[in-house]
Amino acid sequence: MSAGTPRSLPSSGQKPIQDICHPLSAEECALSRSPDVLNPCSAGERDLILPNGTPVDTSSPASSSSLLNRLQLDDDLDGETRDLFVTVDDPKKHVSTMETYITYRVCTKTTRTEFDLPEYSVRRRYQDFDWLRNKLEESQPTHLIPPLPEKFVMKGVVDRFSEEFVETRRKALDKFLKRVADHPVLSFNEHFNAFLSAKDLNKRQGLALLTKMGESVKYVTGGYKLRARPVEFAAMGDYLDVFTQKLGTIDRIAQRIIKEQSEFLMELREYGPVYSSWSSFEEDLHDPLEGVSGCVSNCSSALEELTEDMSEDFLPVLREYVLYIESMKNVLKKRDQVQAEYETKLEAVVFREDKKTPVPSDVEKCQDRVECFNADLKADWDRWQNNKRQDFRQLLTGMADKNIQYYEKCLAAWESLIPLLQDKQDAKGETN
Amino acid sequence: QFLGGLGFVMVEKGTSLLKMMEISVAEAEKRTGKNAVNMQETYTVYLIETRPVDAASEGTNPVPDSLWRRYSEFELLRNYLLVTYPFSVVPPLPEKRAEFVWHKLSADNMDPDFVERRRVGLENFLLRVASHPDLSSDKIFYSFLTEENGWKETVFETGFQAKADSRLKALNATFRVKNPDKRFAEMKHYGDELQSVISQLLRVRARAADRLYGVYKVHGNYGRVFSEWSAIEKEMGDGLQSAGHHMDAYAASVDDILEEEEHYADQLKEYLFYADALRAVCRKHELTQYELEMAAQDLTSKKQQREELATGTIRTFSLKGMTSKLFGQETPEQREAKVKMLETQIEEGEELVKERNTECEEFVKSAWVDIERFKEQKDHDLREALISYAIMQISMCKKGIQVWNNAKECFSKM
Repeated sequence: MSAGTPRSLPSSGQKPIQDICHPLSAEECALSRSPDVLNPCSAGERDLILPNGTPVDTSSPASSSSLLNRLQLDDDLDGETRDLFVTVDDPKKHVSTMETYITYRVCTKTTRTEFDLPEYSVRRRYQDFDWLRNKLEESQPTHLIPPLPEKFVMKGVVDRFSEEFVETRRKALDKFLKRVADHPVLSFNEHFNAFLSAKDLNKRQGLALLTKMGESVKYVTGGYKLRARPVEFAAMGDYLDVFTQKLGTIDRIAQRIIKEQSEFLMELREYGPVYSSWSSFEEDLHDPLEGVSGCVSNCSSALEELTEDMSEDFLPVLREYVLYIESMKNVLKKRDQVQAEYETKLEAVVFREDKKTPVPSDVEKCQDRVECFNADLKADWDRWQNNKRQDFRQLLTGMADKNIQYYEKCLAAWESLIPLLQDKQDAKGETN
Repeated sequence: QFLGGLGFVMVEKGTSLLKMMEISVAEAEKRTGKNAVNMQETYTVYLIETRPVDAASEGTNPVPDSLWRRYSEFELLRNYLLVTYPFSVVPPLPEKRAEFVWHKLSADNMDPDFVERRRVGLENFLLRVASHPDLSSDKIFYSFLTEENGWKETVFETGFQAKADSRLKALNATFRVKNPDKRFAEMKHYGDELQSVISQLLRVRARAADRLYGVYKVHGNYGRVFSEWSAIEKEMGDGLQSAGHHMDAYAASVDDILEEEEHYADQLKEYLFYADALRAVCRKHELTQYELEMAAQDLTSKKQQREELATGTIRTFSLKGMTSKLFGQETPEQREAKVKMLETQIEEGEELVKERNTECEEFVKSAWVDIERFKEQKDHDLREALISYAIMQISMCKKGIQVWNNAKECFSKM
């Protein structure tokens, strides 16, 4: 969808296999001179980094306002002080005789006692993130697990190793880890800990066992029929259905806009040069016509940037949420299953003649499960609603910002042209 | 001092007609009537209003004189001017049929927007003629503005049609000028290039306008989906809903933007047609040059014939000469008669050459004056057009910034 040509990542080069250091081995990053909470992996980087580890884009004039946005957004609502910061950055291409793939650096800074060290820096590839997500779904089935960016690239046209694609993916992976790190339960998960800290991920379960939807094998309780979903969970389901629909519509609209803009851009690229060729056989009008040509060219570049930004930043976030919602609906279904099992078993017990014997322990266990599930889900739902609100506020504000920047660039170009166009006027004043 | 139209007509202070009267094409109306083949037709007429220049300053503000004219009468006027002032770059009329349209723009001559733009173009035409040093004092032009009835007959009485026909024939014939005037050849070439580049510009601009329309209008869909989405949200609802309204406003704003841009296209079109008028002058110059060369060639040949008759050598081929060779020499009396005839022809020929030479010189002088005037006018007008185009773009950008800032505010309140 991007209107520009993808740029390739620099490669680590073709090396004999013995010389390639294992990408999954942890590299201790050089500790910064001042153990600065704001800079978990500084290594001399001058980029601004926010409290939770998000780097800030300082290249645009609107960045100060978006910086403010992000600070507000990441304010912890219950006032807890953060003690775990995670970032994903520094993508690198690895070329071996067997395969080519990208690894990302995952940096952690923490004061939690569950971790042996206060800082970690490891390299992970997409497979490892996938593994983590599956483990989380398995081990925390009552919770909403944030989504990963799509595993397989759908259109064969997109270059898996282009700078744009890798950057988009990196941002999504970063978001994924941050969401997990912010979760009061998930962040304490042992697999998460291992992911962040281990030199070698001991992925005994195998790499590609489970599908990306992570249908958990353990928790399928075997076809119990639920009579009715409780009102509050039904409301959640309904909301998710409508919301998914709206997101789909917004996705289509955004794609359509990108397409129309790309076609407009094509025309502009032909339009500007005509003024140039005109100027070549004019005398007095030569400079004004060249000026207009240059202006149109500047506007074209600005438009190209806008279109690329929307492709790379806007659309992926929408799609991410659609995936998120899919996995949430599955969790709702699981909850239904657990409740169904409980209700069925309870019914069976109620109809037993012997009312003296206490409720069998397995029915009690079921009841516990239901109650835990419901509680976890409710808490996660509220948390999800909040995050969703922040995420979309940020996303849409960002979209507005990009459009504002586009118009500002064009405005500057045309305004600077006016004095050039008026230049000869004064000299010719007397002929009027 | 600028008058009427879109304010870009450069008026020279020394103009006679515009010093005396204000001219405008105030209205357009539909009429129906029977045409030449007795069929019902619908056509548009335009109201030409004229008023003495000092009327307003006296404070009385009298009702202007007015009459109705249709497009074909404007065409007749222009054709008359073309023939009568061949050395002038005659201002062009607005286009007969809508061209370079993009999808939203109607190609229908009856479309009110087209009629309105034509009204402006016709007014512009009259102002340009009225401010032209040579054309403005023409009587036929004056009566076009003031005499409703019988004007057509008056024009035909000038007999310009006959001149037009013969000139037209000559223009269409391919002829070669032996010593082309370099300046005119260059001007003709310039006219060709100008026409070509403006055509291209108008074509691409129309396509770009189409695309821009699409971009803006699709944003309107955001308005609807935000509204639907806001229905299922609690705290986010208000922000989304109001942002949606701004998206609707954004989508709607493109109509005005593109309507303004049509004015720019019209300004370019005028010079597209002006290029043609310029080329016409150059071709007419070629014609006068050619006619001079023909006359000179004829004279030279006649002189040679006389020389041959005198010396007895035959260098030039003549049928009479050949037949006398074949059938015997002519008598001295015959020869003397021939010589006398040739002498007369040579005398006439020399007169003709003188005439044509003067004609050519005068044409070159007058034409070059008007071409220089035209060049200055063109540079001025096109520069103004580019400035107003840049201003349009600036306005569009500012509107865009405002709308998106409004939307951003709504989003930030989500």
